[in-house]
Amino acid sequence: MFQQGFAVTATLEVRDLQTHFFTRAGVVKAVDGVSFTVERGKVLGLVGESGSGKSVTGFSIIGLVDAPGRVVGGSIWFQGKDLARLSEEEMRSLRGNRIAMIFQDPMMTLNPVLRVDTQMIETVQAHEQVDRETARQRARDALGMVGIPSPDERLMSYPHQFSGGMRQRVAIAIALLHRPDLIVADEPTTALDVTIQGQILAEVQKLAATTGTSLIWITHDLSVVAGLADDIAVMYAGRIVEDGPVSQVLDAPLHPYTVGLIGSVPSRNKRGEPLRQIPGMTPSLLKLPAGCAFRSRCERADEACLEHPALFGLREGQRARCFHPHLEEVPA
Amino acid sequence: MTVYLLRRLFQSLLVLVAMSLIVFVGVYAVGDPVEILISPDADQAERARAIVALGLDKPLWQQYLVFVQNALRGDLGRSFVYNEPALQLILQKMPATMELALGATVFAILVGLPLGLYAGLHPDSGGAKAIMAGSILGFSLPTFWVGLMLIMVFAVQLGWLPSTGRGDTLWGWSFLTPNGLSHLVLPSINLALFKISLVIRLTRSGVRETMLMDYVKFARAKGLSRNRVTYVHVFKNILIPVVTVVGLELGSTIAFSVVTESVFAWPGMGKLIIDSINVLDRPVIVAYLMIIVLMFIVINLVVDIMYSVLDPRVRLEGQG
Ligand SMILES: Nc1ncnc2c1ncn2[C@@H]1O[C@H](COP(=O)(O)OP(=O)(O)OP(=O)(O)O)[C@@H](O)[C@H]1O
Ligand code: SF4
Ligand SMILES: [Mg+2]
Repeated sequence: MFQQGFAVTATLEVRDLQTHFFTRAGVVKAVDGVSFTVERGKVLGLVGESGSGKSVTGFSIIGLVDAPGRVVGGSIWFQGKDLARLSEEEMRSLRGNRIAMIFQDPMMTLNPVLRVDTQMIETVQAHEQVDRETARQRARDALGMVGIPSPDERLMSYPHQFSGGMRQRVAIAIALLHRPDLIVADEPTTALDVTIQGQILAEVQKLAATTGTSLIWITHDLSVVAGLADDIAVMYAGRIVEDGPVSQVLDAPLHPYTVGLIGSVPSRNKRGEPLRQIPGMTPSLLKLPAGCAFRSRCERADEACLEHPALFGLREGQRARCFHPHLEEVPA
Repeated sequence: MTVYLLRRLFQSLLVLVAMSLIVFVGVYAVGDPVEILISPDADQAERARAIVALGLDKPLWQQYLVFVQNALRGDLGRSFVYNEPALQLILQKMPATMELALGATVFAILVGLPLGLYAGLHPDSGGAKAIMAGSILGFSLPTFWVGLMLIMVFAVQLGWLPSTGRGDTLWGWSFLTPNGLSHLVLPSINLALFKISLVIRLTRSGVRETMLMDYVKFARAKGLSRNRVTYVHVFKNILIPVVTVVGLELGSTIAFSVVTESVFAWPGMGKLIIDSINVLDRPVIVAYLMIIVLMFIVINLVVDIMYSVLDPRVRLEGQG
């Protein structure tokens, strides 16, 4: 999966990304050497427990890491440019235009005191010199595209007049206004109930397929990734511990952490078997143990794990960061 | 909205009645105006005549009922001192105090909002720290002292601005003439001092809170310019608390203009009330307090309405 050189088809290529927070308590290495590639029109699922660095990865790509955080190393190749080295104005012109982002909590993403039309029209006009009427037209079409009934009326509404699911659709419509090449979706359905989650997933998938938009779908819900993503990257304590094609990783996980994650998904558990929970908690990023960061929670840990494991390609397209991977289990 | 308004008006009426009782009884307890108003060498018969003429011979509750009866006809009693209707006396002085309070409010917003915005956007800069330190001074320095300093520096030493009176007026307003306007500047600044500090702190904390909101990050993720994010997305949200507080403060600014009016010999209601308290001119004191109460009620109502104009969420609830 990791390609040397620039793949022509890749929309995004992140290499050795490092994003650190310089806090009073010390340097928090929220993202510490993350690399992945997203091909055109493909969906990458970025999974991991809370605090593993998924959102910080997303914000690094779109250039919205706020102090005390900073991208301190690596490169983010997008359309032949390294986003980590663009000026603020160059980055602004890409944001919401070629790269869009959707946030987790739809109740908080829209400005409560501005009408929906204002918030959509300003997005159109931030990147294209069109008059208000044209911009409004575009906004209306986008609302229609994400399945919002009577978009003309809805444009005149304020966010609090929408339900959570409808607000998330509005946010998605805003993200789609400029038909971006890449959408970073940070747990956009987590706050919604299951039915609405399903509807939105189906629509996003359809849209991505028809427009050729690539997606990074951040979630800690493996069942969402299973149905949606082409590739998957599993993050733990700021690093990718396993990646590969989604079916392969989910059917035959290599890393003990991935195995644990899959074991804790109720629907994937075999009947009768008790639900396994990964023991322990994510270690504080300020006090990571030497060697493998998963060591304190891992059943397989031994002296070898006192060293820092590298990400090895262990099967076709599948890599894991582990000295004792689950290689014995043969994929079905 | 109409139901809401009616309910609010009814509440206001209750407040007004309660306040009139408190004010009346309170003023009665303060002292005996007879001692002050009637010359000490008047004889017994003269005293008695004067007391009857002022209505002070009747028991308190009768005096109150007479007061309410008259108040309902718009008559708040005649000043013992000027022998003029108290209400008319106060209303004559009202424009002076109003323009002083409004001038102070304008200063508070013109100075406080930009400074607060700057301090909120660059919290760690030296400028922001200086602004915050200054705002503490604004809160803690006594108004009369600052007033005297303003007079010393700008009127006496530099001679830039006049320090007493209203100057020329047009239709009873100073701000309509250049000379009157120059008279308005120093007292307005003096009265604004506390409010500038208030607006700075409100704006700063509002900006800092709002900057952390998801919708601000989303606005940036849409590729909006920094200015658009600051002046539309952030600013519109902080305007709500600032307008509310500045509006509510208008009442207390008018009430507390007493000190500034005394320092700058500004012939407003505040100066009138101080003089009236000195001679225990009860009708004027009562009328003044009633007008202040009425004003607070009206201001609260207006602020509520403005609030609902600014915040769509409140607007909807009001309709429901
Ligand atoms: N402003 C900040 N200051 C200090 N540390 C931060 C800051 N923002 C994030 N971090 C650190 O970065 C780490 C990763 O955070 P991130 O938000 O990316 O996690 P996440 O994987 O998205 O988790 P979640 O599933 O809860 O959203 C966290 O452990 C946190 O301690
Ligand atoms: S390297 Fe060792 S501790 Fe880390 S996951 Fe693999 S077996 Fe467990
Ligand atoms: Mg997150």
